[in-house]
Amino acid sequence: MKNSDRLIRAMIWDRRRRAFFGVLRELRHDRPGFIGLLLLTFFGLFALAAPLIADRSALLAASGRNNPDLAAPSAKFLFGTDEIGRDVLAQLVWGSRVSLFIGLFATLVAVVIGSVVGLVAGYAKGKVSAVLLAIDDFFLVVPFLPLAIVLAVVLGRSPLTLAIVIGFTSWAGSARLIRAQVLTLRERAYVERAQALGAGSWHVIRRHVLPGVAPLIIANATLIVPVAILTESTLSFLGFGDRLSPSWGKLLDGAQSSGSITINAWWYFLPPGLCIIGIVLAFTMLGRALERIFDPRLRGR
Amino acid sequence: MSWRYLLKKVGGAFLTMAVVVVFNFFLFRIVDRDPLAKYRGRSKLTPEQRETMIRRMGLEGSKWDQFVVYVKSVFRLDFGRSFDSTQPVLEEIKMRLPATLLLVGVSTLLTIFIGLYIGTKAGWRRGSRFDKASTSASMVLYSTPEFFFGMLLLAFVAGRTGWFPTGGLRTVGADHDFVGNILDRLHHLVLPMLTLTLGYLGSYALIMRTSMIETLGEDYLVTARAKGLKDSEVMSRHAVPNALLPSVSLIAISCGYIIGGAITTETVFSYPGLGLATANAIQNNDLPMLQALFMLASAAVILFNLIADIIYAFLDPRVKRVE
Repeated sequence: MKNSDRLIRAMIWDRRRRAFFGVLRELRHDRPGFIGLLLLTFFGLFALAAPLIADRSALLAASGRNNPDLAAPSAKFLFGTDEIGRDVLAQLVWGSRVSLFIGLFATLVAVVIGSVVGLVAGYAKGKVSAVLLAIDDFFLVVPFLPLAIVLAVVLGRSPLTLAIVIGFTSWAGSARLIRAQVLTLRERAYVERAQALGAGSWHVIRRHVLPGVAPLIIANATLIVPVAILTESTLSFLGFGDRLSPSWGKLLDGAQSSGSITINAWWYFLPPGLCIIGIVLAFTMLGRALERIFDPRLRGR
Repeated sequence: MSWRYLLKKVGGAFLTMAVVVVFNFFLFRIVDRDPLAKYRGRSKLTPEQRETMIRRMGLEGSKWDQFVVYVKSVFRLDFGRSFDSTQPVLEEIKMRLPATLLLVGVSTLLTIFIGLYIGTKAGWRRGSRFDKASTSASMVLYSTPEFFFGMLLLAFVAGRTGWFPTGGLRTVGADHDFVGNILDRLHHLVLPMLTLTLGYLGSYALIMRTSMIETLGEDYLVTARAKGLKDSEVMSRHAVPNALLPSVSLIAISCGYIIGGAITTETVFSYPGLGLATANAIQNNDLPMLQALFMLASAAVILFNLIADIIYAFLDPRVKRVE
């Protein structure tokens, strides 16, 4: 019994590994998807290499005391300095971690809520499904930036709270998608067979329905990350977040409020803006490519 | 369109708004234990001032009593007084509403027309040079935070050339006649409008392109071609109307995004509308103002969705049969 269990598990993992490399192989032939993956790798390395590029202490307000304010790029400061003399490059590299962390954590929150709501609303019938759909409708219709703003004002302005708030406001679309997929899966013969053999709802959802929607969840999650990063930059720009550990959006807020635009201190506002565009493009291109790979009907779009 | 369909949609919209109102109470009176702690930053209130504020904000008695007082005040459109200016919130909103309506209205129309036009053309000629160029451009536009467009326009257009004012609603202190006044205001509107339009053009074009492509393989297009219609006629009379259908509801939902975009755009250009008021209210923890702005934004988007549902039923007679 133990041995056959182990064998089945090994087979499952083998299949998953092959599926993973199969997706990678297909990605190599999907040009936008491949570019997205490369860009993403670049930003990932950039974030990992932060300690090698700049010391964290360069983020402290005191670090800029002896430097010129809003100085143009030079050999010492490749990206110039901000309004209190801090190195912009240091804030940019360390900011990549903040932006990525909030984007990924928010996506995790959104995917968990969206998957649970989508799976249950699709699998259960009757009142449970109707109530979940009504909640989903509410979150789809209510404008999500104002909603995120009032939540963040009441709950707090720290990066972690921001991530939770963003996740909490952006799951409705994926719940809808996942539910639609579950509705078709539950009518499949293998699901009916499992039910006929006496499998409980929980078992069927976990073993038969979830694997069927997993590709959709993965592609969808990849497309939530860029939206979460954009939302984070917007909220930071409006004053949330931490000035001493700035995300890219917070840097743009600093650039805006310090008047760097009026004196055309492009080295201050251009890099964080371009980084946001780059990372959002990377995730979007990769996500759309994954959608194409997982759903052959979308090929050729 | 049947009355039943209309009634159902209108009822649904009212129900959603009711949930927004209840949610608002829950958030600001129950999750937030002490709303007064945020009053005017850290300045301490004397016990008497605190009493007055509690009475004025309807924070007396049990939560249920407070809820009744709150619901009554929402029906009277009485949102209390701004923590920041101490003026009634309703007056503050009335004062700033026209500027935002103008900005968001013009930008939304421009975004819809230009976006749908580009999406239609790109989808119809899928794989063409125009399609490739416009889809790449749309992706970049979609990936850019709209306020970054604003900053670029400010730095490189307004700053370098001086062709456009860098902010505000009109030239302060200038003495214009009626026409001059209108032109002056339009002059101030150009860059914020451009920012908002560029910020949301991409997603509309991508949505429309996808729905155009979905219609390409349909039988009715083959029929239309077989009848000998010209390519442009097949597109405008048979493909576009069908492709518009799924776009209508998606566009209604994304109107919420433009309202959100107005918040940052107005901040970049110090354009004194509701968006700038929202940004200021965030800075000042102005809870009464934020509550009202949140409810107003929700009401606007709910209304938009209702209109989209009604348009949808007119465009697609199948809707009433499904309902």
